[in-house]
Amino acid sequence: MNKIQQAFANSKTLITYLTAGDPDLQSTKNFICALAEGGSDIIEIGIPFSDPTAEGPVISAAMERALKNKITLDNIFSMIAEVRKTVSVPLVFMTYLNSVFSYGYLRFFKKCREVGMNAIIVPDMPFEEQDEIKEYVQKYDIANITLIAPTSRERIAELASNAQGFIYLVSSLGLTGMRQKITTDIAGLVKQIKEYAKVPVAVGFGISTPQQAHEIAQAADGVIIGSAIVNIIAKHKENAAEEIVKYVKSIKEAL
Amino acid sequence: MKKGRFGIYGGQFVPETLMNAMVELETAYSLYKDDPEFNAELSGLLNNYAGRPSNLYFAKNLTDKIGGAKIYLKREDLNHTGSHKINNVLGQALLAKRMGKKRLIAETGAGQHGVATATAAALLGLECEIFMGAEDTKRQALNVFRMQLLGAKVHAVESGSKVLKDAVNEAFKEWTKRIDDTHYVLGSVMGPHPFPQMVRDFQSIISKEIKEQILQKEGRLPNVVAACVGGGSNSIGAFYNFIEDAGVALVGCEAAGKGIDTPETAASFAKGRPGIFHGMKSYFCQTETGQIAPVYSISAGLDYPGVGPEHSYLKDTGRASYVAVKDDEAVYAFEQLCKIEGIIPAIESSHALFWAMENAKKMKKDDIIVVCLSGRGDKDVAMIAKYKGENISE
Repeated sequence: MNKIQQAFANSKTLITYLTAGDPDLQSTKNFICALAEGGSDIIEIGIPFSDPTAEGPVISAAMERALKNKITLDNIFSMIAEVRKTVSVPLVFMTYLNSVFSYGYLRFFKKCREVGMNAIIVPDMPFEEQDEIKEYVQKYDIANITLIAPTSRERIAELASNAQGFIYLVSSLGLTGMRQKITTDIAGLVKQIKEYAKVPVAVGFGISTPQQAHEIAQAADGVIIGSAIVNIIAKHKENAAEEIVKYVKSIKEAL
Repeated sequence: MKKGRFGIYGGQFVPETLMNAMVELETAYSLYKDDPEFNAELSGLLNNYAGRPSNLYFAKNLTDKIGGAKIYLKREDLNHTGSHKINNVLGQALLAKRMGKKRLIAETGAGQHGVATATAAALLGLECEIFMGAEDTKRQALNVFRMQLLGAKVHAVESGSKVLKDAVNEAFKEWTKRIDDTHYVLGSVMGPHPFPQMVRDFQSIISKEIKEQILQKEGRLPNVVAACVGGGSNSIGAFYNFIEDAGVALVGCEAAGKGIDTPETAASFAKGRPGIFHGMKSYFCQTETGQIAPVYSISAGLDYPGVGPEHSYLKDTGRASYVAVKDDEAVYAFEQLCKIEGIIPAIESSHALFWAMENAKKMKKDDIIVVCLSGRGDKDVAMIAKYKGENISE
């Protein structure tokens, strides 16, 4: 069983997100430890990009803050190598494709393997364009996570049956960010995906309260929380670790 | 070649949420592009509403003054709404209507594409919302009001550097939020497949007409076709039907801004390298670490860090060549055309005009250069005054 499958093995899985370099890389390292301490089963690390077209205002602002510090991929890889000394949960990159393309696919995935990354999520690379990185994710055993959206409809069969690691089900149309209410029929979608998928299904976009997390977890294998954590970091800056642990615990308990 | 690719360029790099919209658009476009009824309706609008065919005008005064090759101007500035943008917009708006869409959204830089989209929406009874960088709403205040008069809602985009790139970001984001009843009228030969191909097809009427007109006037093809390149829609339109005519040189003029040796430039080919952004693989101005670079040009319409994928392919294969023209050079050409020919060109088109004026000198008197005069310059008058240090109120 690989690390990602293990993370889904026992109970409902909590996947948490932060942006690398917000407010600085030393803090990111501490926050990853805090996310793990609070009970995150998988941690998603966002690579900041100048034009994050899938992100809502909260994560966009975090990326802007990170880029002000001139964060580079090499810095991020070094930070992760450090984190890996103490944190063993699966780590996933969330990155726009140009960051990877610009670094060089081969060099990027080789480095991912070296520092102990387990998967990658690329919001601007749909199924049809996966050939871009297929060769390299296979070679270095990095799971390329498939996103499925409420608009995927008849695409679900092909997307789900080819998915690796886990499926990231986007709860709503639009961008990342907290929502008062998720109106999509999540249970229905998960059921449809499960007809084809060999991997677990986690739901993200718009989840922030323990109540929401609990409800979603009834229908899916896991929940993904991003903007709510990034908000805590925006508010408490380098001192956010304690609040992060508290918040993640509250979600984990609700699942 | 893979679907939607031009060599290695192009593709469909959009979030999964938009993929079915791409599939739907592609299906609708391939259904209607050869549909006689659709084409009859589009031709009817282009001819009776937009004023096509546009003139191919022999700029005799300019030619005489320069004393080299004959300079012809393809007068896209005479189209309804004042630029080539209407060619594409009417095509996409008709298509959107056939797809049952009720609402058009679009990005705009100089405002030309926004005005054209607002116009088509008014004509066809569709809702319209335009995304425009906050900087550009200041540079092109008149066009903002023009769009509002036409019934469109204009959103001033405050993110990033507040110019065209950021307007495209916001338009894509808006589309991700509301897809069912909305069509995104992309204004250039860029973005994900099928846009680069579809917009090129709608704009290729420019070169189709140039070819017929020049054969009629001169009995032969031109030596050079020159056009400005931002995203690249007027240029691909002007080049397309000449790609197979090896004897016709194709020259794209991108915006050097204050110079390609300065950071204030928008020359994607001179300064950029291949990357993946805004749904496509193509050339982009970017930092060493792959962040999209802030760009600059006096021309809001060329102030974009990338270029359409077919241009990247034409560049790599050597079929077209690309040069960078600076702000001051474009302004010089702008003023010359006003004084010598009595035509106020768009500052965008003036980039290509400058190249033609410089290079006509080096050519023989019976050589022919066709310049795509992609738009009229009324929108630029206040900005040119400011550039020259004169204070006028609009």
